[in-house]
Amino acid sequence: MTLTKKPETRPAASWGLATGENLWEYAPAPEATDHVRIEPEYGLFIGNEFIRSKPRKTFTVINPATEEPLSKVAHASRADVGRAVAAAREAHRSSWSKLPGRERAKYLYRIARIMQERSREFAVVESMNSGKPIKESRDVDVPLAAAHFFYYAGWADKLEYAFPNRDPRSLGVAAQVIPWNFPLLMLAWKIAPALAAGNTVVLKPASTTPLTAYLFADVVRQADLPPGVVNIITGPGEIGMELVTHPDVSKVAFTGSTAVGQMIARALAGTGKKVTLELGGKAANIVFDDAPLDQAIEGIINGIYFNQGEVCCAGSRLFVQESVYEPLIDKLKARLGTLRVGDPLDKNTDVGAINSAGQLAKITELVESGVAEGAEIFQPDCELPSRGFFFRPTLFTGVSQSHRIAQEEIFGPVLSVLTFRTPDEAIEKANNTPYGLSAGVWTEKGSRIFKMVAAMRAGVVWANTFNRFDPTSPFGGYKESGHGREGGIHGLGAYLDLSGNGTNGR
Amino acid sequence: MSPRAARTKTASRRRGPSVLEQRAAQPLAAVNGAASRADRVGVHKTYKLYIGGAFPRTESGRAYEVFGARGELLANASRGTRKDIREAVRAARKAFDGWAAKTAYNRSQILYRIAELMEGRRDQFVAEVMAAEGVSRARATRAVDGAIDRWVWYAGWADKYPQMIGTVNPVAGSYFNFSVPEPTGVVGIIAPEDSSLLGLVSRLAPVIVSGNAAVVISSESRPLPAVTLSEVLATSDVPGGVVNLVTGLRRELVGHLAGHMDVNALDAFGAEPEAAARLQEVAVENVKRFVAPPAAGLARYDWMADSAQSPYLIGEFVEIKTVWHPIGA
Repeated sequence: MTLTKKPETRPAASWGLATGENLWEYAPAPEATDHVRIEPEYGLFIGNEFIRSKPRKTFTVINPATEEPLSKVAHASRADVGRAVAAAREAHRSSWSKLPGRERAKYLYRIARIMQERSREFAVVESMNSGKPIKESRDVDVPLAAAHFFYYAGWADKLEYAFPNRDPRSLGVAAQVIPWNFPLLMLAWKIAPALAAGNTVVLKPASTTPLTAYLFADVVRQADLPPGVVNIITGPGEIGMELVTHPDVSKVAFTGSTAVGQMIARALAGTGKKVTLELGGKAANIVFDDAPLDQAIEGIINGIYFNQGEVCCAGSRLFVQESVYEPLIDKLKARLGTLRVGDPLDKNTDVGAINSAGQLAKITELVESGVAEGAEIFQPDCELPSRGFFFRPTLFTGVSQSHRIAQEEIFGPVLSVLTFRTPDEAIEKANNTPYGLSAGVWTEKGSRIFKMVAAMRAGVVWANTFNRFDPTSPFGGYKESGHGREGGIHGLGAYLDLSGNGTNGR
Repeated sequence: MSPRAARTKTASRRRGPSVLEQRAAQPLAAVNGAASRADRVGVHKTYKLYIGGAFPRTESGRAYEVFGARGELLANASRGTRKDIREAVRAARKAFDGWAAKTAYNRSQILYRIAELMEGRRDQFVAEVMAAEGVSRARATRAVDGAIDRWVWYAGWADKYPQMIGTVNPVAGSYFNFSVPEPTGVVGIIAPEDSSLLGLVSRLAPVIVSGNAAVVISSESRPLPAVTLSEVLATSDVPGGVVNLVTGLRRELVGHLAGHMDVNALDAFGAEPEAAARLQEVAVENVKRFVAPPAAGLARYDWMADSAQSPYLIGEFVEIKTVWHPIGA
């Protein structure tokens, strides 16, 4: 197949590496897994108990790096969704909404602390189940997830200061459906603000990545939360739809593809449920000729190959000013050759496994379309493990705006490189997408940074950096990348009834 | 009462035995003091659309009759079409960048100027609101004054709301991180059907104060104060295209506005609650921000109340943009 063609070898030389010869050998450095216990089977977590689905039905969860089964999890039925929502509704009524904010806060602080205590366990399970490199789950996903709980814990008893002249009240049961690319982090983004605001939760993790969610259920029990405050159910997309459309659900939060987000939004039209959607993206990463090139290279690499490119805000469209195009591409190709692809549990791995066979097929199909439409492909000549779902870090040059690889979200380690001459041309091209989640700008000129930042129709703009996240920092999209923000004070409003003082005839 | 019902009622009242089976046209009422006297024939106003700063007639060439609360014929208003909506969206998109790029101080002064010019036409607005809504002069005056004061109130927010909604975020790392509100883009507004002026202003002002451009579908049965407002906007330094107003039959218009792919948000607060679910569904096509009507409708909504104006309303039609930059030497 065209994708495995022999790569160019010239760029490696510009890094002082002998062509075709690997000077830097890395011994395997696998993270130990013997301290981690994955149960052979997980039930649904409802009312602080793991219970079997009715009728009893399970599905297998695998490790995408080995294709070996990791565990079996319950396949929730429609009735199970009803049970989970009922447990959450009852917990909201009888305990959680009556608990003073300062007490809710302490529960959330407990969760944050326990997650920190058990951080390595979370990191290992996350990498085993999702395929992401251990250095990422260990250094990014898990610490950020704990930080989210710690941050929102502090809001639980300060809500009236966040919304002056309102009387913030919890909404009730929040139904939350999250994706497989950041299983634990997305759980934290969803659950922490929901609980801080006084809601109870039914969360459905993605069907390929439920294990850290069930590990989190263990944390909920250790923290001794009242039963029913956090409920976790697993199953396919239809179960997620069942959950969000349940009449006793007051608030829906979804992160995932734009197509599924639209299905959900249509189903909820007219119900009066509060909805936040965090959907797809096709971010522009714009490099000007005065940018610090070596830093920009690292930013570009982090922008698109972080988490195998399975990131909604990935910098998947690189716009390079023509005057620096050649040196930048040379450096980029050379840097691509140094990325280590392989065992997610190896501490040296940069790019791990693609989450599922289905996703791998989607990436492959889009990359093939790029080749077929005439873009020029480059892939480093790295060894891929013989088993598991892996894809070489890929970049395309000679991409035009109309190519599918420049328009569609690939959600894989695939970069499309385009060029521009003037700032206005960069703005025009960067904004020429229905998405608007994130963007990147690289330049040393301060006034140009602010011009570009203001011109990007995107919810997060990274200037001279990329893919940074923090619980205090709101995240979310413009246009078809969704609405609502997660993180910071802005992430709270979506979980509160802010209709204010008095009802004004309503 | 719907215009059709009003018309039938009036027609049947006038029908006598010797009249043909044909609807007799009424003379246009004198809303704006255009009363004819023995020595002078009054000059009626043509009520037109407002698109891109100009006052075109609808491309359809059609009109519909607008009746006052007492059944008198007030005007032939433009019966706008899907094509007019498209033209209005195009004009709004064109105007958006420039309006959003104006300084907050500038937008603030322009909104204040709208109030100044409305004040100058106060009597005309009072007469139109009285005729449209069938309320007393005192009540109409309160509504007009309320509308004028609402512009003043929102004018003051232009350079203040970003300081309330924007934040500097203390991230755990060596980065300068801040979040600022930006206007969402082109916002469709379905104006309230009953509150012809105050209701419209209450929904329009919070949309444009942040820099959005608006496409408004006016009240169907009471469109005249809205058209007169557009004449005020045209002379208030509001750049053409920032506000566009289409009159007509709502069932022929709202779906096209809700489904338009270049409209970023839809304020359906003034829509009929029964229509809202369908509008929201259509609006999903390009993930529009959507503000629903109150479940119980607006029948008992008090537009004069303080709760009908709020900086939180401005917040419904802005996007929060977060910016990161490393801190280093």
